[in-house]
Amino acid sequence: MRIKIEQKILAKNEDFASANRKYFKRNNILCINMISSPGSGKTTILEQTAKALKNKLNIAVIEGDLYTEYDADRIRKTGLQAVQIETKGACHLSAEQITKAFHKLDAEKLDVLVIENVGNLVCPSDFDLGELRRVVVLSTAEGDDKCAKYPGSFAQADVLLINKMDIAKHVDFKISKAKRDARKLNKQLKIFEISAKTTAGMDKWFNWLLKSCKELRK
Amino acid sequence: MHEAMVAENIIESILSQVPSKKGRVVRVVISCGQMNALNDEAMEFAFEAAAEGTICKGAKLKIKHIPLKAKCKTCGKKFDYDLYEPQCPRCGKSDFDIGEDAPLLLEEIEFEVH
Repeated sequence: MRIKIEQKILAKNEDFASANRKYFKRNNILCINMISSPGSGKTTILEQTAKALKNKLNIAVIEGDLYTEYDADRIRKTGLQAVQIETKGACHLSAEQITKAFHKLDAEKLDVLVIENVGNLVCPSDFDLGELRRVVVLSTAEGDDKCAKYPGSFAQADVLLINKMDIAKHVDFKISKAKRDARKLNKQLKIFEISAKTTAGMDKWFNWLLKSCKELRK
Repeated sequence: MHEAMVAENIIESILSQVPSKKGRVVRVVISCGQMNALNDEAMEFAFEAAAEGTICKGAKLKIKHIPLKAKCKTCGKKFDYDLYEPQCPRCGKSDFDIGEDAPLLLEEIEFEVH
């Protein structure tokens, strides 16, 4: 007996994601899903962002890792609120986990919520968390061929931060190749070249955040 | 390996929809798009593991990969968008409108009543 089902497999995740998105929109919270390989510098970028913008924006962070509170501790040291999700081995965050983690934050007057996804360029890109913007980070040490090799993450992002530009020449990273591959996949992609360590180029990223928050409140 | 979670979701959906627990599922058809593409081998492996101990045990899994439709803005050619080499097969330009990617879908199952 053939039975037609025609049901979305990730329907449960999508239900949570749309509820999250609705909430963030209604409350003018710029929710960002940050995706990258492990070690690309996501947490350092957020530490620098906190330093630069904490008097201008109220930012909170949800940290996703397989294990440990290391990253949430780093964020808290900058004075921001942070909640850690330990996935205990799972390769991505789900929208339901975000709903639950968000309840642990003080959402009063929140401008920006950054979700630092589990370090992985493959799986997180399939799971909508209800974010309003998606940011992908690529560090030069990973190589300039990663945009083409992991298209899903780059094709669906709004912003690409190319981090560790200060060591690009030592690791033979060709910025033109990375940018060309990324743009092929995604014409609208905004690309900022940065070094979270030296803070070079970070201004453009900060301005993008400020501008996006302003647009949301319109 | 998010295929494991996809597999668990498939089994959960099937178990909530089969007409009776007295029988078994012999075939399962799912489909995916290009952005959310599944790896066939990993998916089959994960499905087999998730089906263990349920009425889906031993069911054949068919995975359909649905192409992403695009239309060239320069010459108007309609074609299947290739994520890895995105350019118009007719004029070679890479400026196009891209359609909506197919979602991960559980399409149908074949059920044998005992």
